[in-house]
Amino acid sequence: MSESGQNRHRRGGPGDDGSREQRMVPRATFTSYYGRPVLKPPAWHDNIAYYFFLGGLAAASSGLAAGADLTGRPALRRGGRVGALVALGAGSYFLVRDLGRPERFLHMLRVAKPTSPMSMGTWILAGYGLPMAVAGIEELMPGPLRRTPIGRLVSALARPAGVAAAALSPAVATYTAVLCSMTAVPAWHEGHEELPFIFMASSAASAGGLGMIVAPTSEAGPARRLVAFGAVVELAASRRLETRLGMLGEAYTTGKAEWYLHRASALTASGTVGSVLFGRRSRIAAAISGVLLLTGGVFERLGILQAGRASAADPKYVVQPQRERLEQRRAEPRG
Amino acid sequence: MTGQDSVQQTPSTPVPPGAGPPRHRPGEHSLFGPMADVAGESGYDEHPARVGFFTDTSVCIGCKACEVACKEWNLVPDDGFDLLGMSYDNTGTLGANSWRHVAFIEQPVRAERRTTASEGTPTPRSGSPAASPVDLGMPSFELPGAGTGAETRQEFRWLMASDVCKHCTHAGCLDVCPTGALFRTEFGTVVVQQDICNGCGYCVSGCPYGVIERREGDGRAWKCTLCYDRLHGGLEPACAKACPTESIQFGELDELRGRAQRRVEQLHEQGVAEARLYGESPEDGVGGQGSIFLLLDEPEVYGLPPDPVVPTRDLPRMWKFAAAAGAAMVGAIVMVFQEGRRR
Repeated sequence: MSESGQNRHRRGGPGDDGSREQRMVPRATFTSYYGRPVLKPPAWHDNIAYYFFLGGLAAASSGLAAGADLTGRPALRRGGRVGALVALGAGSYFLVRDLGRPERFLHMLRVAKPTSPMSMGTWILAGYGLPMAVAGIEELMPGPLRRTPIGRLVSALARPAGVAAAALSPAVATYTAVLCSMTAVPAWHEGHEELPFIFMASSAASAGGLGMIVAPTSEAGPARRLVAFGAVVELAASRRLETRLGMLGEAYTTGKAEWYLHRASALTASGTVGSVLFGRRSRIAAAISGVLLLTGGVFERLGILQAGRASAADPKYVVQPQRERLEQRRAEPRG
Repeated sequence: MTGQDSVQQTPSTPVPPGAGPPRHRPGEHSLFGPMADVAGESGYDEHPARVGFFTDTSVCIGCKACEVACKEWNLVPDDGFDLLGMSYDNTGTLGANSWRHVAFIEQPVRAERRTTASEGTPTPRSGSPAASPVDLGMPSFELPGAGTGAETRQEFRWLMASDVCKHCTHAGCLDVCPTGALFRTEFGTVVVQQDICNGCGYCVSGCPYGVIERREGDGRAWKCTLCYDRLHGGLEPACAKACPTESIQFGELDELRGRAQRRVEQLHEQGVAEARLYGESPEDGVGGQGSIFLLLDEPEVYGLPPDPVVPTRDLPRMWKFAAAAGAAMVGAIVMVFQEGRRR
């Protein structure tokens, strides 16, 4: 790999000719063990990105459905509740499938551990999933079942359950960002200020997109406004993330991550423009915008997953910021 | 910082049950920082002293007996027989199937080090006319080992280091494990319970050193147990037992820290100015490693992170940002419906 045994990557400095003047140049070098990664690549497959998307979609859809329920928008309510049920069902499938031992999924319920966002997430998901499912099932019950005592109970519980699910939905939409940040993966860990906003906003835009698909234009006003909110926050937070992280931001702006994130932004932006311009007039245009937004949401999570993988794979993302931190601390010793 | 008291602790004082050494104030360092009684914090009332490794790489000969002994004792499966084509190291990295990894670095000696090595006669810089011939790495006719003094030192050096799980005071893998499969033992070490692990893979990304890994075809996470079974039998870990040069030393951590300090001072006296300790300070980002190292170059040269920090340190801050984002979502949903009502 390297003729000198160890890789010494220099940027902007003179070559390795032993000249001592090099010390005067601001240090932007880093060393690694034959260019090999310091960290292990995240064990998670693309499944986890699908789960992040579907979980967020379910959460924000529950919020939208509860609002629709309370403001008398039956189609938006129904679409949101059923959408949340289907999305979380599919998301759970991807989540369990990503385990190395899927049959041991229930081991997650052995403990409740505040230091593990995955443990907290499991309990958040359980707490959210139950009322969300009640509200979703109520929409799907056939007529004869509705008239049974159980059916009547479910119908009576649907509204409070829907509101309860909506109350827990922000935790469902944002805990996944904490889950990513609570790792040694540099792009995720250092991005902990923006990732919750990106995840939340992308979820809102996706749920708005779903609302525009399932509800007639007359009912979909809140969905369109939620799309606008989500898209603006998502794009702004993404931009802040890429610039604030400096060199580490390259994990988001190069390679496969860039491929996905660039398309995610384009899809989200075009879906938003479509919903603003034509969403009120044409159901078909609204549905197309919705599909663009949903696809953008999937790409956003895939891009963030790729950025994490890239930042764990290249030792420069691990070593260089730590080295700079160390030199800085040495330069100004504590009192 | 109140961390000083834990640094000043006298080495190898057995911890009497109940009356532990000065603890940090409750809650102060529960997520990061120095921690005097690691096992006690995890709920063990009576427990043996914390144990660990001191790996002195200055005497490592790269024989890999530690890798072999570990595999034999722990029945760790093979990890393929790949030739990595970079050095005598074909293990490459720690992982699910490599719980000890001997790094092997062939390194051109730096100018400043050459000066110290040959007692003040600086070797001419490469590039100047008087430079010695380019070393092609050809074998010489001299009897190997005929000379042993500083005059035998050449244009390059070999660094060898046996890496292992750090058994951190604040272990990222342990903090993120959602099933309780990873646990803190009474010896202060960190071990995976294989009958509990469901292979979620979170620990893999929780470790700032890239130690723990999910095993292909098995699905569960595996790493060094510091020979938990042997410790119960009063034996030292297999790698330390097999090490022929005592590069790997096992013992009570407090005692090892003192031993490491004395060794690095000794090397400095002998002119090995580049000797340094890695992971011995309870003030570092993981509250001090359970496996400490004496290195002869920067940690990253050996593939170790220079300033690792347990992700948990920033966890409260992460949840604050998530809470802010969640509040924004609630606000947004309320707003979009209120606008609707007006129309």
